[in-house]
Amino acid sequence: MYAQMIKTAGTGVKDRDEMSEEERKFQDRIDAGEKIEPKDWMPDDYRATLIRQIGQHAHSEIVGTLPEGNWVTRAPTLERKAILLAKVQDEAGHGLYLYCAAETLGISRDELTEDLLSGKMKYSSIFNYPTLNWADIGAVGWLVDGAAIMNQVPLQRTSFGPYSRAMIRICKEESFHQRQGYDAIRACAEGTPAQKKMAQDAMNRFWYPALMMFGPSDTDSVHSAQSMAWKIKINTNDELRQKFVDQTVPQAEYLGLTIPDPNLKWNEERGHYDFSQPDWSEFFNVIKGNGPCNVDRMAARNKAWDDGEWVREGMLAHARKKAAAKVAAE
Amino acid sequence: MTRQDALFQFLLRMGDNTLILGHRISEWCGIAPVLEEDIALANTALDFIGQTQFWLGYAGEVEGKDQDADRLAFHRDAWDFRNVLLCEMPNGDFGQTIMRQFLFDAWHSIFLGRLLKSSDPRVAEIAEKASKEVAYHLERSAGTVVALGDGTEESHARMQAALDYLYPYVGEMFLSDEVDQQMAEAGIAPDPATLREEYDALVARVMAEATLNIPENRYAHKGGRDGYMHTEHLGHLLCEMQWLQRAYPDAKW
Ligand SMILES: [Fe+2]
Ligand SMILES: [Fe+2]
Repeated sequence: MYAQMIKTAGTGVKDRDEMSEEERKFQDRIDAGEKIEPKDWMPDDYRATLIRQIGQHAHSEIVGTLPEGNWVTRAPTLERKAILLAKVQDEAGHGLYLYCAAETLGISRDELTEDLLSGKMKYSSIFNYPTLNWADIGAVGWLVDGAAIMNQVPLQRTSFGPYSRAMIRICKEESFHQRQGYDAIRACAEGTPAQKKMAQDAMNRFWYPALMMFGPSDTDSVHSAQSMAWKIKINTNDELRQKFVDQTVPQAEYLGLTIPDPNLKWNEERGHYDFSQPDWSEFFNVIKGNGPCNVDRMAARNKAWDDGEWVREGMLAHARKKAAAKVAAE
Repeated sequence: MTRQDALFQFLLRMGDNTLILGHRISEWCGIAPVLEEDIALANTALDFIGQTQFWLGYAGEVEGKDQDADRLAFHRDAWDFRNVLLCEMPNGDFGQTIMRQFLFDAWHSIFLGRLLKSSDPRVAEIAEKASKEVAYHLERSAGTVVALGDGTEESHARMQAALDYLYPYVGEMFLSDEVDQQMAEAGIAPDPATLREEYDALVARVMAEATLNIPENRYAHKGGRDGYMHTEHLGHLLCEMQWLQRAYPDAKW
């Protein structure tokens, strides 16, 4: 998921008799499946939580273009290069829709960007892992976009209208990315011994980071309970992780790739795969800034922003001159 | 030089221009000054990759040695590339990238406009598709050159520096040699030399609006479109672009 460990504002789900009249009406609308629109009344905590969640999701789309961009100039065929570029372009577009959705809550894209660049806001842990061989690009599309979809498909039904509509647009493209990623890693898995090695190497490195994308278990979290009551979180992290594993294992088998988990096996009784948890201490380290690429990713974003400052200012200055000339002419 | 050889060379020139410049633009992936520019640059690079597939695909057919577009893109060495030097020049800052884009788009749109009436139906067909995309590229790059030229003091200075740096690479787009003469005689493509006036008028219009000065010196660096002498930059670009194909020649991707 592109939004992880979102701290839900407030103190957890309130009883009805603790709620104000407005809060009760608001909760009733959500329970009835109505969409909340930007001009509607909403609790401050709902607004604050959504800004964190949508903002982090948007940042993830943007930072996520870096590990993929890492292979654009080395893509092995014109076709694969076009597919990868189109994907990265889509991700930048997702960032744009999501920033627009966040803006309806009263925060600007520039403010959110400043918070990303200062390290105050986070992006998904997954993008702090490197892309080291070409098959990684396949693995990212297949596993990373695949994990993102698990969360984003239910979020199409989220209570906040602009977020829900952004998810509907985004999901269509994400499932495309997943199929194309799978096709790219399939070509490697079915290829020469060297290509097979690339595919397995990608699988070995991306499996656990992909499982981490769902975040640690939150079944007992009061914060998650509140987000679920507000319908800005639809499933628990464990539910989504299980769904992802169940979907992915047969796909890996089809490719002839080994999932790096000796405990992975089908559990007839549960009707699900049993699997090992990722190393959560590694996850918390990545979140804290100690992942393999955190420093480089932030440096790259900061450099792009700083280098682009003269361009943004130049464009703004020109737009002002034109507007002034227009006023003068009227 | 046979007509077929000349046509092959001509198609390489068209396809290598879009291949190499498209590659350069794709180097911006994820690091543009604003999100909208990230999207627009990716879009331009994508258009160029598509055009490359058409031009080099046709080039391979004309050559008749069983080379497809990928084979031509990833397995030739620098001396076999036929793009103008302008396309391989490094990105520099965003101003240099967008100035290079405008100087090329202006030529590209005029040239493709002539190819619409090519006596070779395949050439006309590719030009038809490409010219729609390129009209949009030109609109965008011209608009950005104007905005940044006539923006702040700093953006103006950077755009002027970019124009001064790149202008010596403009002239090569209007040179003609035996390939061009053969193409012109066969009605396949115009002699580039005949397009300079139209180009100069277009560039002068945009630069005036951008408050930028076109350099007086018309000296032209050349050697790209005939492969005689590329810049040092091309080899590095090819190292990166061709690496996987060269390292794993028996792989299918
Ligand atoms: Fe996305
Ligand atoms: Fe995606």
